[in-house]
Amino acid sequence: MPKHPAVACAACAAVVLLMVAGCAGGGEGGAADGDLSGQTIEVAAVWSDQEQVAFEKVLDAFERKTGATVTYTSAGDELPTVLATRLAGGAPPDVAVIAQPNLVKTLAKEGALVPLSQETARLVEADFAPSWRDLGTYDGRLYGVAFKAANKSIMWYDADTLGPDFRPPLQWDDFVDVLRNRADVGETPLAVGGADGWTLTDWFENVYLQTAGPQMYDDLAAHRIPWTHPSVRTALQKLNEVLRPEFIPGGIASALQTEFTGSVVKVFGDRPSAAFVYEADFVAAAINKSTSAVVGEDAKLFPFPQIGDQDSVVGGGDTAVVFSNKPAASALVEFLASAEAASVWVEQGGFISPNEQVQLSDYPDAISRSIAEELKGARTLRFDMSDLMPTALGGTKGDGFWKAMQDHLADPAAVDEILAALEAKAATVYAAG
Amino acid sequence: MSVFSSRKSHPWNDTEGDTEPGGSPRLALLFLAPALLLLLVFVAYPTVYSIGRSLFDARGTGFVGLGNYATALTDSRTLVALRNTVIWVVVAPTLVTSVGLVLAVLTERVRWAAAFRLVVFMPLAISLVASGIIFRLVYDEDPDRGLVNAVLVAGHDLVAPSSPYPGVRPRDGALVELPGGGLGSVGQVGAQDVLAVPLTGFAPDALPAQAAPAVTPGAGTGLRGLVWLDAGAGAGGVPGRVDGGERGMPGVTVEVLAGDQVVTTTTTGDDGRFTVPDLAPGSYTVRLPATNFAEPFRGLTWLGPALITPVIISAWLWIMAGFAMTLIAAGLAAIPRDALEAARVDGATEWQVFRRVTVPLLSPVLLVVFVTLVINVLKVFDLVFVIAPGSAQEDANVLALQIWQVAFGPGGGDQGIGSALAVLLFLLVLPAMVFNIRRFRRDRS
Repeated sequence: MPKHPAVACAACAAVVLLMVAGCAGGGEGGAADGDLSGQTIEVAAVWSDQEQVAFEKVLDAFERKTGATVTYTSAGDELPTVLATRLAGGAPPDVAVIAQPNLVKTLAKEGALVPLSQETARLVEADFAPSWRDLGTYDGRLYGVAFKAANKSIMWYDADTLGPDFRPPLQWDDFVDVLRNRADVGETPLAVGGADGWTLTDWFENVYLQTAGPQMYDDLAAHRIPWTHPSVRTALQKLNEVLRPEFIPGGIASALQTEFTGSVVKVFGDRPSAAFVYEADFVAAAINKSTSAVVGEDAKLFPFPQIGDQDSVVGGGDTAVVFSNKPAASALVEFLASAEAASVWVEQGGFISPNEQVQLSDYPDAISRSIAEELKGARTLRFDMSDLMPTALGGTKGDGFWKAMQDHLADPAAVDEILAALEAKAATVYAAG
Repeated sequence: MSVFSSRKSHPWNDTEGDTEPGGSPRLALLFLAPALLLLLVFVAYPTVYSIGRSLFDARGTGFVGLGNYATALTDSRTLVALRNTVIWVVVAPTLVTSVGLVLAVLTERVRWAAAFRLVVFMPLAISLVASGIIFRLVYDEDPDRGLVNAVLVAGHDLVAPSSPYPGVRPRDGALVELPGGGLGSVGQVGAQDVLAVPLTGFAPDALPAQAAPAVTPGAGTGLRGLVWLDAGAGAGGVPGRVDGGERGMPGVTVEVLAGDQVVTTTTTGDDGRFTVPDLAPGSYTVRLPATNFAEPFRGLTWLGPALITPVIISAWLWIMAGFAMTLIAAGLAAIPRDALEAARVDGATEWQVFRRVTVPLLSPVLLVVFVTLVINVLKVFDLVFVIAPGSAQEDANVLALQIWQVAFGPGGGDQGIGSALAVLLFLLVLPAMVFNIRRFRRDRS
């Protein structure tokens, strides 16, 4: 029915009118503590539930400090869509915290973002490692501040299933042996959430970063080398040593029907059918929400196994950017860059700060401390490749990178066609800019 | 809805005939103004805007002519969406109308008809997203969660019990997968050979109680072998070797083949040994048939690429059957009883009455229901979005979902191509709308 998008367009038009009316009141001004009372700004981010509660405490701290009023909008995983639509309508939130570095760059390129102040830039220069600064930098100017870091190189396991004698395999080959040995006695040790394409791209990224090295990783992420490059095939072959049907509960078909949360429940639920699940630090949140297992006691972790001598971590980060000229908006982002803001959330758990002023001893539990330690100590840190790509390629359900990894899981023998199709798609997407 | 009155009288007919045409055109305009304004703002303007927007690029600044249509129609995702939309239009409204008709006719005869209809109608009151989640669970692949697979598995296990050693596989290189199924010895064996068959992938605790420690066959005559559970390093042993504590696998069927012919069949003993004593000299293949190791039946992958569209259509049937039934039942109530009675008096069977009298008299109602459903089907979105898992979403895609994904989804937000797809969908709905309008006109005249 054509009505549906058309009505949305009419709604956009209405939003434009509202926005024109709203903009009249904007103005420039410096941001100093305590003099922002009366100002109201809106922040949009992906966090909901517990994470929303924690983030709102950070916002409360800002409100107390400055007197400004901050309203929080949780856009969930649809944040890029929400931002695109609201930008098209001319009424973006004042501040957004975005998980996709590529989106930050695109928005900066389109001129939708307001560059951050010199003061914020100095703060970021002092307290953040260069790879984190790069996340928010476009064309030499700082547009965003990495607020929350994610470690996507974590293997989670159920301590009850594996018993007290289990010693985490730190090398890839040892990990494969552990899986094989458990499979030999009729177990299915590895849960894979293949219904979500991003879990599989994360698997691939971890393996590729190690087998091809950081330089090639950057090249592939930027499409300087094609997807048909032999290094991609090598990484996929390596990956297939682990993603074998006999290791996965129900085999491949079942893996492709299992979503991320489902894969966590298969390991930590009441009737576990697997012992290991790979993903990021946010598995802890899924465990707390969907199972009765206790993170740190039942649920433990070890770093993604090393292949060869590479010591690398695939990370992610949520970057705070400013859309409006309101002083309170830039003041908020400056606040989010500080260790003070980070420590509010660090204390509540489930949060890793990229800010170097936040000490490992500040983390409330052993699990988040070890996640933070891995992230800070890694010799090579690279960001989630699918987030560095244009979303049309790296972030669309049933298409592009996600779909290619699902197809490869379903039929590893068709690797040639899958990579050729992915390369064709990538070529179109990058050509479109 | 006009359906209720399609045969007899029309509310507007009663007044229209008597009213003098004319009066003040200005007054007419005044009365028309609110409706006209709403139509302009919410229907006419967006339609025109969408058509215009479809000629511009993603940013809305560069004119690309029909380029968006070319891009959209050469994208394989659009073609899949188009194919699925056609399947939906062909199958779903017919199915729902038929089921609605049957339910309406049957409920007319039962006591408690109102209660029954209420129950059938109820799903319509549930939001499509909630219905989608319900069916996502109903069709879940895991028989412990998915109702359909639970029923299938229970039924299957009654008929065909599962194999003794599900999921067992040979230790690397010990046996080869045969083209006709089952596992075969590597190369040919002679009539006096000894064969070691290490199998793995099975919990030692799950072996039958009578399983005895595995013993390699000693000296003797005939083709001999050992089929044992090689737990390997997982149980502290060495893969491929008979370690202390490893047990034989009793009850495994072993076939000896000469060429393609099964010469003899035997079964392993409690210690996993088998012997074929009187075999003519020659070369043979030893085969362990697949029935030994068949995985237990786990139901069907309903939400996989192959079945996803029928599954979503079935969910839609559950939701919309009540709608069709209610409208058809209303039409049924308006059918002149004497026509049915006359047919019965003339000796028509109930089927003939249904086929030759009820259905033709109902056909105007059926058509309206059908056309309404066609229009409804063309915009199906939520069900597909919710029921299809990420790995099958592309295979389940329909036009309305594709529009959203292209225009607003994370796939880049190209509202130019999105508008082009919307126009395409509009063109598809157009025949159904024209048909409906014509029918209204005919009814009025």
